[in-house]
Amino acid sequence: MGQSKGRGPAPSLDPVAGNGLINRRALLGRGMAIAGAGAAATVTGAAAEPLKDNPWSLEMGGATPALQTPSRFEKDVTRTRTNPNNEFRNSHARTPHHLLNGTVTPNSLHFSINHAGIPDIDPAQHKLVIHGMVRQPLEFTLEKLSRYPLVTRTAFVECAGNSAPMFSSEPMQITAQAIHGLVSNAEWTGVKLSTLLDEAGLDPNAKWLVAEGADAHFLDRSVPVKKAYDDAIVAIYQNGERLMPGNGYPMRLLLPGYQGNMNVKFLRRLKAIDQPAMTMFESKTYSQILPGGRTMRFNFVMQVKSFITHPSLSHTLKEPGFYAISGVAYSGTGRIAKVMVSADGGKSWGEAALQGPVHEKAFTRFVMPWRWDGQPAILQSRAWDEAGNAQPLRAEFVAARGQTKQPVTNPVVFPNQHYNSLTSWGVDSKGEIKHVYA
Amino acid sequence: MSMRRSLVALAIACTLGSGAAFAQSTGLGKPISEADIKQWDIAVLPDGTNLPPGSGTPAQGAKVYAQKCVACHAEGGKGGGSPGAGPLVGGAPLTNGIETPKTIANYYAYATTVFDYIRRSMPFNMPRSLPDDEVYALTAYILSLNKLIGENDVMDAKTLPQVKMPNRDNFIMPYPDRI
Repeated sequence: MGQSKGRGPAPSLDPVAGNGLINRRALLGRGMAIAGAGAAATVTGAAAEPLKDNPWSLEMGGATPALQTPSRFEKDVTRTRTNPNNEFRNSHARTPHHLLNGTVTPNSLHFSINHAGIPDIDPAQHKLVIHGMVRQPLEFTLEKLSRYPLVTRTAFVECAGNSAPMFSSEPMQITAQAIHGLVSNAEWTGVKLSTLLDEAGLDPNAKWLVAEGADAHFLDRSVPVKKAYDDAIVAIYQNGERLMPGNGYPMRLLLPGYQGNMNVKFLRRLKAIDQPAMTMFESKTYSQILPGGRTMRFNFVMQVKSFITHPSLSHTLKEPGFYAISGVAYSGTGRIAKVMVSADGGKSWGEAALQGPVHEKAFTRFVMPWRWDGQPAILQSRAWDEAGNAQPLRAEFVAARGQTKQPVTNPVVFPNQHYNSLTSWGVDSKGEIKHVYA
Repeated sequence: MSMRRSLVALAIACTLGSGAAFAQSTGLGKPISEADIKQWDIAVLPDGTNLPPGSGTPAQGAKVYAQKCVACHAEGGKGGGSPGAGPLVGGAPLTNGIETPKTIANYYAYATTVFDYIRRSMPFNMPRSLPDDEVYALTAYILSLNKLIGENDVMDAKTLPQVKMPNRDNFIMPYPDRI
């Protein structure tokens, strides 16, 4: 470690919490310092071999494709599906968080739930109408929407049932993909919904919009006008390209931070009304039972949550030494303010570094330097948002929201919804990782 | 107005957030009459608003059910005829636990939801194929199986919203300020 003239004191490389967590300030431009500080004594493995040129460097490479896809060596980085034969029921495809990094979910891996299949929509024929309690009902085509001054924002979309396996009374031995794969994060581009509502002349007495899709369920949800004027957009691009069919092509409602199902895909109609429609999906499917038997209605907001993606179940720590613990944090009420990480099952905590920029209602990746000593460890993350909401500890969460009476064995059922407590990964002395409750 | 002046005016309009003046002038939305939206305008509200003309009885519904629903939902609405088709009848008390399967009888707050969902989404392979009388009849049949209405009760735009659903007053709203 050298001097740091004029830039304040050099960062401490002392552990900030138990089981080897290192002060995150060690990551601030002094990555080499970490290696120097402790690794000198723990260089492992045989000395490097002399280098040779590999065969792929010694001949002309392959053709450059029109539409590029990942390397053949990444063929296992796929979504997991629940209805590959397209039976008459809903279909889920989960994002492989344990195999991704950064914050943007690639479009091919964005999670997707379809209650009646994916419609094959011709964008030239698709129409969106706004009507009901408006001065002038209006019809929009994709071409017309594309002519508005578009806005771009990053937002996570999360199914209300994401993380539902964690309602199980015993921890299920499944990956972060299987537990948390029904949330993804993308850059969405579209027209502000308020612009379209103003153009139609929304009646001040209208309190709700029934948003309806063009799928074979005509899936619809009631959306508060308040949310429509807050930050809703009609999205027509996803990470710079047109929406994926499974994410609502050619247009979808985007309600940042609200239950995924309310972000109606294949959007074809918005009807302004003075009362909620109490559609099947808001009456039953995306409504929740509380311990004791009361039920929750209009539980819109996906609350502050984080989970560690690296390392996590299915990874193995091959040797003691330096690792970066990282994962994603997000909140439906705003920006992530802080993420704390523990390597000793919550006995002690250190503050993780946040990769910026930190957007509201979007994934923020956190990183925590860690030196694993080869002994058992339990890794956890806990997030806070800018409104002061803390991700609840498991005991707090279970007291408020309950858990199943019997352990859950089927990872694709939904015992309940809106789970946002901590995820704990138990590392054993062989470096293998289990899902644990701590 | 000079180019510079109109740009300044536009900038001021945007800065002040007077989206209305701007939006109203785009003319990108094409006016359409409610009459031309009618085929799409199917959302039924809990107070009965937008329920169509027509009617049906449980007995009429049983006949339609036997033709168009039983393959997936099984005899008597027991469910399980296909993997996605849950039971249409019965339901455990919600005090049984947070994972209690939600059903029409133990969960729905409004009978209009049953009508609306059948009409917009069923049968799974042929949505929007049921005439309104058949939707009323099927709704009556299912409500009758659950003993929420009498065996001979007629369901129509007037009677359906009056059906009292057992779980109606059991809901908590976590975010009343967001509505």
